Amino acid sequence: MSRGKRVLIRLAWFVASLLLASLLIFAATNLLPGDIANVLLGTNASAEQVEALREQLGLNRPFPVRYVEWLSGVVVGDFGTSMVGGQPVSSIIFSRLEISAWLVGLATIGSLVIALPVGTYAAMRRRHVDGVAVSAASQVGLAVPSFWAGIWLVVLFAVTLRWLPAGGYVSYWDSFTDWVRHLILPVAALSIVQASVISRYVRSAVIDVLHTDYFRTARAIGWTRSGAIWRHGMRNISISLLTVIGLQITTLLVGAIIIEQVFAIPGLGSRLLLAVTQRDLAIVQGIVLVLVWAVLLINFLVDVAYQFVDPRLRQEAT
Amino acid sequence: MRVRRTLSVIVVLLTAVLLAACSRPTPLPTGDGPDPRVLEIGATGEPVGMDMITVDGAGIPFVLLYNVYETLVKLDPDKNVQPLLASDWEISADRLTYTFTIDRAARFADGTPVDAEAVVHSFQRIIDGEGTGQILADFAPLTEARATGERTVELELATPSNYFLLALTTPAGSVANPEASIASLNTTPAGSGPYVLGDWEPGSLVQLTRNTEYWGTPSHFDVVNFRYYADPNAMNTAMLSGQLDIVSNLTVPTALGQFESDERFEVLQGYSDGEVVLTYNHANEALANQQVRQALNLAVDRQAIVDAAWGGQGELIGSMVPPTDAWYEDLSDVYPHDPERARELLAEAGYESGLTFRLRVPTLPYAPPAARSIQSQLRAVGVETVIEELEFGVWLEQIFAFQDYDMTIVAHVEPRDLKMYAMDGNYMNYENPEFTALIEAADRGNDDEFVQLQSEAARVLAEDAAANWLFLLPNIIITTADISGVQVDQTSLSFDVTTIASSE
Repeated sequence: MSRGKRVLIRLAWFVASLLLASLLIFAATNLLPGDIANVLLGTNASAEQVEALREQLGLNRPFPVRYVEWLSGVVVGDFGTSMVGGQPVSSIIFSRLEISAWLVGLATIGSLVIALPVGTYAAMRRRHVDGVAVSAASQVGLAVPSFWAGIWLVVLFAVTLRWLPAGGYVSYWDSFTDWVRHLILPVAALSIVQASVISRYVRSAVIDVLHTDYFRTARAIGWTRSGAIWRHGMRNISISLLTVIGLQITTLLVGAIIIEQVFAIPGLGSRLLLAVTQRDLAIVQGIVLVLVWAVLLINFLVDVAYQFVDPRLRQEAT
Repeated sequence: MRVRRTLSVIVVLLTAVLLAACSRPTPLPTGDGPDPRVLEIGATGEPVGMDMITVDGAGIPFVLLYNVYETLVKLDPDKNVQPLLASDWEISADRLTYTFTIDRAARFADGTPVDAEAVVHSFQRIIDGEGTGQILADFAPLTEARATGERTVELELATPSNYFLLALTTPAGSVANPEASIASLNTTPAGSGPYVLGDWEPGSLVQLTRNTEYWGTPSHFDVVNFRYYADPNAMNTAMLSGQLDIVSNLTVPTALGQFESDERFEVLQGYSDGEVVLTYNHANEALANQQVRQALNLAVDRQAIVDAAWGGQGELIGSMVPPTDAWYEDLSDVYPHDPERARELLAEAGYESGLTFRLRVPTLPYAPPAARSIQSQLRAVGVETVIEELEFGVWLEQIFAFQDYDMTIVAHVEPRDLKMYAMDGNYMNYENPEFTALIEAADRGNDDEFVQLQSEAARVLAEDAAANWLFLLPNIIITTADISGVQVDQTSLSFDVTTIASSE
């Protein structure tokens, strides 16, 4: 099978899973107990009032009709309108997506920047006290939930030292320095925990490399330890890391939802929670769909990236 | 090297995706001159929409009432009726016709005069049956609103009603600009108050900006930001780190200490209108029995509930009346904590072998801890409770719409909600002809009779053990030391910023 064909098959699976996900999401949100009509009309509403509002919102039409209508809109970027405020859901999602994307993107970069040197160091010094200490510290980091790390960062840097804001978000168009200041703590909270996970994979990948024949050969012809790892080991390390990073980005997406609460950041996650409490199904469906599709897309990209990074998969093709 | 090339491609793609997701937001209009004076208020409980008439929830009037929308009359901090849009009013001798004279100066934010037609336009909408259950109930006595002059409105009632003038101070009485389409009001409020709606970012911010055309006394701040926190602890840390000027309602009473001990802050503790009630569903056979209800009320140590649920902050009440209402009487001792007597009453009622109830509570901060405390106290007198915690949206449907519960716990925050127990089809399924007759007589009577009969009704309700009024939520507001003019007791659904100023 050629590489192109393999990528095409992956693509077909990807599209099929997108469709299946959309169906599951639509079904699940429609099964959600609690009704927007009750939330809007409140505690003293009569049954007739509730029924009339359901009719007006189109909630009484059959499920398949509503699903097809919704999906055909989604395909062209129309996620419907908010049942509460009447704004287009797509504009709500994209304005929030930007903020969450910064959070996840910067936290991914941040966790790699921490994990690569830390993991490599822990591997190379694994028989020394400092290497063991580093690896023990990452073990502790694994056990810390990011929201808890976030709370402590806030207590230390925002409440006690007052160096950084405790929460909120400022657009970089308004003030670049404020944008950075508002992102430092949430990104740090996410990165520290993610870095602990990734550094352990880096450490074991580096240890594997240290035991290979080609590494011993590289050392024998005069490469230094770190030089040999950098020149000959990196590709092997990056293959195993790719899977982990793919998985970790999806974890980060979920982690960001919680971190957005701790830091009162107006991202996708906080909007999702609000929409759930308000039973604004159009927004709930839209945001969950975007999150699930993002996870599927990341997995797809990781799959495709294998084809390019791993020469063994390439040779199979010839 | 190919690896490095691949990695750099990934990095470039990631950056491109992130940048593509960005769009330039429209900047705030900033005029020349000094920096705008901004008030940052932390709040929980967001508005679900912007139209107080058709959308329920205390979040909307919290922001809009008196700040953006005005009413003909308003309650002062002592709950006396004062003029607002109306400069003057008269009530006919038969108390069926109210004649309001609208202030000559009153203008909507777009400059349109607030005239009699505007008032009729707003009220007619409710007379025609548009509005939430609360709004329709508030205006139930009103049969006709007519303009008898450019600035004179006559309101015609079916029966005399003391509640009606008070209802005019609530969201039902707000006057909207008739130039604005009704459909647009849910996103763009059109009022005559000192502020207009600026940015609205659901999930984080409702911004009010100064109405530069305001007809009355201008307020101190140019911009008021209501910042919403799903996590009340995040709100407290924002206050501690100096990002907020006011925490509008401290919902983590255990955090009180860190503000009290810090001289940067001032703690205001007043009364709210929020009675936390252990509600009995009177459709349940055992709970329809007065002796059983009395036994349950005797079995519960309410001070222990306040301690468990709200850090000991909160007033014991005993009926559906806060101490700030004129008809308040201390009824907290009608059923003192007496498990012994409770067991006797249960035996007399024929339930000595025990009882089991479903206690279905919303996941609001006070309810689950109160439920667990009640569970252990009732167990001591042989009554078992099965606690179910429901997310608020589900709770609304299950308890209010379907009335599928035996007991529940919720805070009723509407002002003057004693009469709720007299309403047809109330969610408690409570019917008490004596109580209803008192409430109706109070509504029809003169000013003195109103207070007198309301007070009697509250006592009848308490003695009947119609529910167990656990405690009154405190109104705890934190401000920075420079802030003044914040109303300490909650007397309306509004967080009134019109009187708030800063010495800085």
